[in-house]
Amino acid sequence: MTKLFMFEKPLGMRDTFPDLYEIKDQTKKKMEQAMKLWGYKFIETPSLEYYETVGEASAILDQQLFKLLDQQGHTLVLRPDMTAPIARIAASKLLKDEAPLRLAYSNSVFRAQQREGGRPAEFEQVGIECIGDDSVSADAEVIALMVSVLKEAGLENFKISIGHIGFVQELFTQIVGTEERADTLRRYLYEKNYVGYRRHVNELALSSIDKQRLFRFLQLRGSENVLGEAHSLLEGGKGLHALEQLKELWSILKDYEVEQYVKFDLSLVSHMSYYSGILFEVYGENVGFAIGNGGRYDKLLEKFGKNSGATGFGLRLDYVLEAMQVELTSTLQQCVLFSDERRKEAIRLAIELRSEGVNVVLQNWKGVGDVDEFTKGFSHVHFVVGQDPKGGETS
Amino acid sequence: MSALTIAMPKGRIFEEAVELLRKADYNLPPEFDDSRKLIIEVPQEDLRFILAKPMDVPTYVEHGVADLGIAGKDVMLEEERDVYELLDLRISGCYLAVAGLPNTKMSDVAPKIATKYPNVASSYFREQGEQVEIIKLNGSIELAPLIGLADRIVDIVSTGRTLKENGLVEYETIVDITSRLIVNPVSYRMKDEKIQDLVTRLTRIIG
Repeated sequence: MTKLFMFEKPLGMRDTFPDLYEIKDQTKKKMEQAMKLWGYKFIETPSLEYYETVGEASAILDQQLFKLLDQQGHTLVLRPDMTAPIARIAASKLLKDEAPLRLAYSNSVFRAQQREGGRPAEFEQVGIECIGDDSVSADAEVIALMVSVLKEAGLENFKISIGHIGFVQELFTQIVGTEERADTLRRYLYEKNYVGYRRHVNELALSSIDKQRLFRFLQLRGSENVLGEAHSLLEGGKGLHALEQLKELWSILKDYEVEQYVKFDLSLVSHMSYYSGILFEVYGENVGFAIGNGGRYDKLLEKFGKNSGATGFGLRLDYVLEAMQVELTSTLQQCVLFSDERRKEAIRLAIELRSEGVNVVLQNWKGVGDVDEFTKGFSHVHFVVGQDPKGGETS
Repeated sequence: MSALTIAMPKGRIFEEAVELLRKADYNLPPEFDDSRKLIIEVPQEDLRFILAKPMDVPTYVEHGVADLGIAGKDVMLEEERDVYELLDLRISGCYLAVAGLPNTKMSDVAPKIATKYPNVASSYFREQGEQVEIIKLNGSIELAPLIGLADRIVDIVSTGRTLKENGLVEYETIVDITSRLIVNPVSYRMKDEKIQDLVTRLTRIIG
């Protein structure tokens, strides 16, 4: 191993300097406020969880987990997402009756280090979970709230793609016969390999009508009219329920007046086994990766012993900021520069300014080497120096 | 909406891809082909091309600095990037193969494979039930068996001439390769109409 330089930090870890911190903090507060206004309550969970419980239940691939051992020899993970920990508490503690639970979080999560840049191993996620409500209303609320949160954060240009795991699964099983074969097809979708999907379909022993159904499935992207086309691919009752849910979702989203942000993309799937119904991803300009995602994950609560519906979303704060293309500017601060003789006066002035909400640096003249250099960064400098009690105040 | 950025590999694939785009009625300037610029703007079509090393095309596309890219399947297999593979352009056909000196066996102790594609090679041999050691090279892979660096090589074969001239023979074919149109998942949604137009026009040409 090469000797580390003193400035180095582990791969994938980032520092946040004051200017960025300020913007991040402001944005996060706006997002949190929007969530609170919708009645979501914030919680915190530990950074470390058991691998056997939260680690295994989590949607994050095993090789992306940070693992360590505790003194008893249990394997621990640094929480890779917030959904699994929240499911753990919801199932064991909070979800006592039939009342839906609305929870929010804003925390760091951890993913294993990667060689390539642009993939931090620790990043902040802001999101919500709506637990104990099976209705499509809950799915719509989550999507509408996500729109509201992104707009409050200051993002205008974003798009949400919505899919439905149930539809994909039922259509595929209906056409190819077995779950196993359907899984093969779904894996091509998950790998985004449409060339491979088409080739595989061509090799299947199916009628040309069925092959056409599978090819046309890839085109199911767009607004409401997609649902009609999707309907024409179905035979019999299978998959109909999923489409009805999407239809209902669309009409609720119209009531929320957020339909302009939303498009259906029925080829959207996830590698995670616990997504069970409506799922979505959100994309912004200037970022090559989805800035957030979410969906219905009823099966996750089952893993923690509770048979209950749940849906939610998580947004990546770093990508949200990237999508907004914020310019880093220093926050406005004033300075009270004083000399010993007038210290008391200076302290009083600082207190007064702070009570008005001004950020004030109180600095003894003696401690500054180059006054011009030091005072450059302030919007206003109060000089409380010298003998004259009336003082000469300039900026 | 901003222009579409397309990452293109330099060399043979580039020429064939440009020809394909021209057939699909994209008006690309004639001097396009001999330019040494790395970024070429085509304002009349609202397109921008960036010229990259073939192996790097999926990287540009995955990070979203290019909306689309044209990449060989060999590169897609090696890099495993999270991008949509939308179309088989059916250009620049070739295949990945295992080659080596004629009438030789792989070492029993520690068979060595030299290749530009360490991931593809190692998963291929694992699937064959063989445990091999991989040596990554960046070019002139044919040298490796000739001077005793490796027992076999895994490389792209298009005509087979290079192998022949260096006295090597093919042992197995791993997979057929053509160039693919790849798309960044975010661009696929944010610029869906433009991308769909390009896909439709290209599909008409390749059939």
